[in-house]
Amino acid sequence: MKAQSVYIHIPFCQQICHYCDFTKFFYDEKLATEYIEALSNEVDTQVHGTKNRVNTIFIGGGTPTALNMEQLRSLLQLIDDKFDVAHCIEFTIEANPGDFDEDKIKLLRAFGVNRISLGVQVFDDAMLEELGRLHKVKDVYRSIDLLQQNGFGNISLDLIYALPKQTVEHFRRSLNEAVAFNLPHYSTYALQIEPKTVFYQRYKKGKLHRPPQEEEVEMYAILKDTMRSKGIQQYEISNFAKPGYESRHNQVYWNNEHYYGFGAGAHGYLPGERTGNIRPLPAYIKKAKEDGHPVLNTEAIGIREMVEEEMFLGLRRMEGINTNQFYEKFGFPYEKLYKERIAYLINKGWLEENGENIQLTDQGVLFGNDVFEQFLLEEDDLMLVR
Amino acid sequence: MIKQENVRNFSIIAHIDHGKSTLADRILEKTKALTQREMKDQFLDAMDLERERGITIKLNAVQLNYKSENEEDYLFHLIDTPGHVDFTYEVSRSLAACEGAVLVVDAAQGIEAQTLANVYLALDNDLELIPVINKIDLPNADPDRVAQELEDVIGIDKDEIILASAKDDIGVDEIMERVVSDIPAPSGESENPLKALIFDSLYDPYRGVITYVCIKEGSVKVGDKIRLMANGKEFEVNEIGVFRPNPVAKDELTVGDVGFLTASIKNIGDTRVGDTVTLAKNPAETQLPGYKRLNPMVFCGLFPVNPNQYNDLREALERLELNDSSLQYEAESSQALGFGFRCGFLGLLHMEIIQERIEREFNINLITTAPSVIYEVEKTDGETVEVDNPSTMPDNQLVQEVREPYVEATIMVPNDYVGPVMEISQRKRGQFVNMEYLDEIRVNVIYHIPLSEIVYDFFDQLKSQTKGYASFDYEVIGYHPSNLVKMDILLNGDTIDALSFIVHRDFAFARGKNIVDKLKDLIPRQQFEVPVQAAIGNKIIARSTIKALKKNVLSKLYGGDVTRKRKLLEKQKEGKKRMKMVGSVEVPQEAFMAVLEMNDD
Repeated sequence: MKAQSVYIHIPFCQQICHYCDFTKFFYDEKLATEYIEALSNEVDTQVHGTKNRVNTIFIGGGTPTALNMEQLRSLLQLIDDKFDVAHCIEFTIEANPGDFDEDKIKLLRAFGVNRISLGVQVFDDAMLEELGRLHKVKDVYRSIDLLQQNGFGNISLDLIYALPKQTVEHFRRSLNEAVAFNLPHYSTYALQIEPKTVFYQRYKKGKLHRPPQEEEVEMYAILKDTMRSKGIQQYEISNFAKPGYESRHNQVYWNNEHYYGFGAGAHGYLPGERTGNIRPLPAYIKKAKEDGHPVLNTEAIGIREMVEEEMFLGLRRMEGINTNQFYEKFGFPYEKLYKERIAYLINKGWLEENGENIQLTDQGVLFGNDVFEQFLLEEDDLMLVR
Repeated sequence: MIKQENVRNFSIIAHIDHGKSTLADRILEKTKALTQREMKDQFLDAMDLERERGITIKLNAVQLNYKSENEEDYLFHLIDTPGHVDFTYEVSRSLAACEGAVLVVDAAQGIEAQTLANVYLALDNDLELIPVINKIDLPNADPDRVAQELEDVIGIDKDEIILASAKDDIGVDEIMERVVSDIPAPSGESENPLKALIFDSLYDPYRGVITYVCIKEGSVKVGDKIRLMANGKEFEVNEIGVFRPNPVAKDELTVGDVGFLTASIKNIGDTRVGDTVTLAKNPAETQLPGYKRLNPMVFCGLFPVNPNQYNDLREALERLELNDSSLQYEAESSQALGFGFRCGFLGLLHMEIIQERIEREFNINLITTAPSVIYEVEKTDGETVEVDNPSTMPDNQLVQEVREPYVEATIMVPNDYVGPVMEISQRKRGQFVNMEYLDEIRVNVIYHIPLSEIVYDFFDQLKSQTKGYASFDYEVIGYHPSNLVKMDILLNGDTIDALSFIVHRDFAFARGKNIVDKLKDLIPRQQFEVPVQAAIGNKIIARSTIKALKKNVLSKLYGGDVTRKRKLLEKQKEGKKRMKMVGSVEVPQEAFMAVLEMNDD
C-alpha cells in the first residue's frame, strides 16, 4: 500500500448548488450504476489484495447519499472488500440533510461508517434556496435526530458564511443555531466564488451581492469567539472540534501525507506524484473500465514541492509546524531555506514562534495566502540544502 | 539574366483589412515563390506581433519571376509597406524604391484616410497606380460606388479599375499583366556611380546590419567598399542577395534590383532609411532626394517593475534600437519608480509595439508612464525649455506660457457621422478647419487638434463613435500656446512623479476627479488605508480612498487538490511581481496608464 488514507468521490447530486465547483452531475440511476462499476475497477487496479489496512476513508461528493440503496451497498461492499474497515480509525461519508432515510443510515452503520459530514450551510430557508440547495432548515433537525438515534454521534456540520445579502447578525444567528446541536465537529467556510459556477456567472455580470471584506472578517471573529466559548477548539483555518474529534482524514492533507484519490475528478497524492482524475463522467467511466487508470494530470513532487507543501499546508493547522518533525522528515531545519522569510513574517505580525512550533497569528490567519506564498521556492533556493 | 526593361518594382497600397496581404500571398503563389507547404497565411507579415495586430511593421521585399501572357520573362520586386500613420516616412521611402503601386480598396468600405495619404505619397513619388477594387465577392460589395469614389477623389479613370477578389482568385492575373504593361521599368544606368536607396534595415546578431536597398543607379558587388552618404561612413560589402522570399545570395545587384547587402555594420543608426549608398571609389555626386531624419513625437517613461532588471531593460532597448533607428531613449530616474528610461517614439502604435516586444521577447515586466508630447515652456525669466516629461515641468508660478504641438487631423467619414466626429474633435480641444465632400456620402473633416489629445484615446473614441467607419490621418503643423497646467497625483500623501500629467486648465477638475476614482479601483486594497489625491500646485482638487485590505485567505482546500492550491499561490506571487512598490503602496502597471483613458464624458 502506497498510502494509508483513501478518498472516494461520488459525483452525483439531486441538485447542483450555485457555488459548487467540484466534479458533480445530476443523479442518473443507470449512469450511477455504471460509475460504481468503473470505480470498482479503478480501486481494484490501484490496490491489490483485500482487507488492506488503512487509517482513514472519506467518501465525498457530490452527494454520496444521492446513490440508491443498491448502489450505496455496492460501493460500501467494494470498500469493505478492499480495505480493513474494522481497523480503520475514521470512515466518513458526506451527506445532505433530508436526502437519506433510516434504511440508508443503517446500511452505512453496518458497513462501518463512523463519521458523517453534513452539508447544512446556513439556517435560513430563503438563503438555502438562493444557494441552490434542496433541503430546508427543518430537514437539518430531522436528519441530525435520525443520525443520533441510530448511533451516529460523530457528526460534523458544514457551514458557509459571507453569503450574498448575509449580514453579520444573520450569520451570528445561523451560527448559534448550529452550535446549539452541540456536535463534536464544525467546518465553516467563507463563500468562495469559483469559475464554472452559477454564482460566478452572476458575479461577473455584477449581479451577485457580496458582503464587504470588513463584515466577512467580523463574521470570522464571531465564529472563533463562539466556538471558543463552547469549548470547541479551532485546529485549522476553517475547522473546529471538541478535543479528540479533529478529522483524521483532513489532517492527512495538512500533514502532507499520502492518500489515494478514486473517482471522477478525485485527487490523490502518492509517493513522488500528485494526480488528478478525469472529470467528465463518460470519459472517466470509459477509462476506468478500460485500464483502471483514469488519471488526467500527474504532477511530479520533488523535494522542492514537498518542502513547499509541508509549509503551506502545515501552517493551515493552528498548531503550525514543528521544528523537530520537519527536521526528521527532511534531514535539515526549515530555517535553512526560510530563515529570512520567517523573520519577515514574524516582523509583519503574521507568524509567531511557540515553543518548537511556528504558527499563524490571528492576523496571519486572515492573510494566510500572503503567508503561504512566502514559502514557495525558486530552483536556486534548493542549493542551500543540497 | 532578365533585362532591365523587364524589371518591375512595385508595392501594394491598402488600408488594414482591405486585402493587401491576401493579394500579396496570391501573387507569391502564382509566381511559385512559395510551395504550398511553405505557404503560411500571409507570408509577408512575419513577426508574431504583426500577425496578431494584422499590420505590417517592418517592410519586406520579395523578388519574383513572372512569365507574362506573351511568354516573356519578367522580374518583379514586390515591396511591402507598413500600414500605419506612425510609419508614414518609411512608407514614403519604400514607395520611392518603386515605379508603381497597386492601390487596393475594399469594395464595401471604399477608400480610407490613410490609404488616401499613401496614395498622395505615391503620386509625390511619380508612381504609376494600378487601381484595384478588392473583395467584390462580399455580399455588401458596392464596386460601382467605390469606383465612382476613386474617380472623384483621386481622379482615376473608372475604366482602368480592376475588379478583384484576391481570396477567390478573381482579377489577380489581370493585376499581374497590368504590372507588366503599366508600370515602367526602372530607369538608371548600370554604368553610373552607385546610388542605392536604403528603404529598410534590420540587425542580425551574426551578420550585423542587413540593409534593404533598391539600386537606382550603378551596381554593387561583394567586396566593394561602400559609403553611406548621410554620415560618410565606409564599409566593405561582404554579402549581397535577394529575397525570394527566403534570402538567396548573389554576387552583384545592379540597377533596378531590389535586395539586401551586409557590410559588417554594427550600428543600425548608420543605415538610416532614405539614405543613399554609394561606392567609396567612385561616389555619386548627389544623394537621392527625400532623406530626412525622423524625430520622435511621443515620449514615455519605461521602468522595470523589478529594479534589478534595469540593466536588462537597457540591453533590451539597445537590441531593439539595432533594428529601429527611430527609437530614442535616455536614462531617467523617478522618485517613485527608480531608474528607467525616457523613450521617444514615432507614435502611439510604435510605442505599444516596443513595450510589448520588451515584455515578450526580453521577459521584463514594465511600468509604462502615460505618454507625453514635447511642450515648449517659456519661463517668466524669458528662458524657453522643452519639456517631454510632465514631472520636469517648471512650477506653475515660473511659467509664462506653455506651447504644445498641434496636428492637422484629417478624418474621413460617412456624412451620417459628421456630428459625432465634430463633437469628439471639439471635446479634444480641436479647431475646425474645413469640411469637404468627397462624394455624395463621404466627407473629409479637417481639424487642428493638440497632439497630446490625439495621444490619448482619440482614435479609439473616433472608431467607437462612428461604428468603425471613420479613418484618420494626421500631420504635425507646429506649436501653439495653450492654458496648460501640471497635475500631480498623491498616494498616501506622497506625490508620485510618474503619475503627473499636463492638462488643460478647463478640464483639470474633471480629469482629476476621474483619475482618483479610477486609481481607487485599479490599485488593490493594501494593508492600510490609502488616500488618493489630485493636486495642482499645493491645491488638492480631488480625492478618493482605497480601503485597507482585511483578509486574503482561502478557507477551503479544494478537496485534497493541492496542485490547485499551489497554482493559486504561484499566480498570486506572479501577480505581485507585476506590482510596483511606490513609496509604501503596491501599484499595478495599469495604474500608470490610468491617466490616459478619459471616459469621463
